[in-house]
Amino acid sequence: MTRSLSTLVASAVALLLLATLPLWLGNTYYINVASQILYWAVFALGLNVLVGWAGLTSLGHAALFAVSGYTAAILVTAGHSHLVGAVAAIAMTVATAAVFAVLALRATGIGFLMITLALGQILWGIAYRWASLTNGDNGINFKTRPQPFGLDLTSAPAFYYLALLVFLAAVASMLVFVRSPLGAALRGTRDQPRRMTALGYNVWLIRFLAFLLSGFWTAVAGLLFLYYNQFISPQIAALQTSAEALLMVISGGTATILGPIAGAAIVVIMKNVVSAYVERWNMVLGIIFVLIISFMPEGLVPGVRRLIGVAWRGMRPAKAVITVRGEASS
Amino acid sequence: MNLWLVLAINSITLGGLLFLLSAGFSLIFGLMRIPNLMHGSFFMLGAYMGSTFLAKGFGFWPAALASAASMAVLGGLVERFLLRRLAGQELAQVLLTLGLSFIIADACLMVWTGDPIQPSTPPDLRGAIIRSGLVFPIYRLAIVGVAIAMAIALWLLIDKTRIGAMIRAGVDDAPIARVVGIKVSQLFTLVFCLGAALAAFAGVVGSPYLSIYPGLDAEMLPLALIVVILGGAGSLPGALLGSFIIGFLYNFGQAMFPDLAYVILFVPMVLVLVLRPQGLFGRVAL
Repeated sequence: MTRSLSTLVASAVALLLLATLPLWLGNTYYINVASQILYWAVFALGLNVLVGWAGLTSLGHAALFAVSGYTAAILVTAGHSHLVGAVAAIAMTVATAAVFAVLALRATGIGFLMITLALGQILWGIAYRWASLTNGDNGINFKTRPQPFGLDLTSAPAFYYLALLVFLAAVASMLVFVRSPLGAALRGTRDQPRRMTALGYNVWLIRFLAFLLSGFWTAVAGLLFLYYNQFISPQIAALQTSAEALLMVISGGTATILGPIAGAAIVVIMKNVVSAYVERWNMVLGIIFVLIISFMPEGLVPGVRRLIGVAWRGMRPAKAVITVRGEASS
Repeated sequence: MNLWLVLAINSITLGGLLFLLSAGFSLIFGLMRIPNLMHGSFFMLGAYMGSTFLAKGFGFWPAALASAASMAVLGGLVERFLLRRLAGQELAQVLLTLGLSFIIADACLMVWTGDPIQPSTPPDLRGAIIRSGLVFPIYRLAIVGVAIAMAIALWLLIDKTRIGAMIRAGVDDAPIARVVGIKVSQLFTLVFCLGAALAAFAGVVGSPYLSIYPGLDAEMLPLALIVVILGGAGSLPGALLGSFIIGFLYNFGQAMFPDLAYVILFVPMVLVLVLRPQGLFGRVAL
């Protein structure tokens, strides 16, 4: 009871802080960083459905993210409305995710990772080479942010509130999903796929649906990315983006809701800070990756929770078993 | 007519290069059960090192061998000191190689800058042979020759030697191989060094033809991935066949449908995944 009460209080405080953030943060630059954290967090939450709850590590999600952005950018540039662009972008991305899922779910574990990586690289190749459609390496400029219900989103705080609304919707959907029968079944397919099959669950279908849900939030995040940057280029479909998103999930802690959000905040802040001083973001990304994989593979949120737990129990040496969380087997 | 011939020669050349790249990738995958996402980095870093050795006055082939040797050392260090720590955690190992690939890519950008480097073709192999009106560039033929020689050497190593028998045993069933006294973890190091060296060698040999530029690693890695998905993990004949299929598809695709060359690469992969998930020559599905 006290635990749920403290969770409630913490959530209320967090909500209040987030809702008033533009007021006490003031500076446009920081508000923009906050917006970036929010849409990357949506992306990381979407990816976490597969990586965390399904135990399927995808390295092709940047391609889905880019499909969404490109679809909207191409349609709106061709003269369609923002609404058509957004709906088509989400539909197109979920359809692409379905194709990815059909192919990648032939395998689990490492095979799944390889196939999603190859598929992602192929879509990157399309974005890069099919210049008549995507304008190749030059990318596409996206002239205006949409104006839903006549609201002007050009200012930093206005865009922040849009991102916050979408982010809260994503968090709410994750809370519902995790507690839903489908969410429980998905965790079952991660931990005990054979037993789930024996119990009469359609393991393949459950994973397929999880892939679609993951694709949906990736598409939404891709749209926000496009609206925020008003520009999209093949760079965003590259392996680095998939790796960054995966780093957010893993560094924060897979199969938690807070983890990917914390991970997104850490990665975006580090990226902004590092980029301000040196041009070596990829090097830093690689180093953090190696360090986290080697020393804190369970992620920061569970890691910190474990440390707090250890402190709570009077500094008894914890015998923590550290493994990268649940890799599904067939 | 001549266009088709040029395309065919380019395809065979690329196939040969891809074989050098993916043979090691396939063996590492077969034995250690991980796709080494640093493999493109070994290719690129190897090519850069080769260009530096060339600039220091080495001959072409000594430069290729020196680069291969230095990558073998790097591969050995990575395997011994990083991958070994995560033994049994395949996912963590893969992500570790991914992180290292970013570090290497950025280090290359720091050292060799972003400008493309194109080492000149070795002097003895410049020019072309002209037979009955058809032009055969000598260097392209030499790449194919080297790839075939390597394929034969690897086949002899894997099929005819004691070490090869141990590697095959490890690929088939590592725990049982351990039980009968094969030091599988030493084989891991050996195969990782060999794979890194082959990739670097391929990088140097391919550099006069592909040129070296940032992003080359990310371009070669998916090709190696597709080759291994096609041919089957751990299978050298599979890697050979897969390399030539991809070599032909890539060149002909680019000539005929330049916008969609990448999508065409993906067709055989999809077919294989749907019809024969273990790959053309593989024994177990991914």
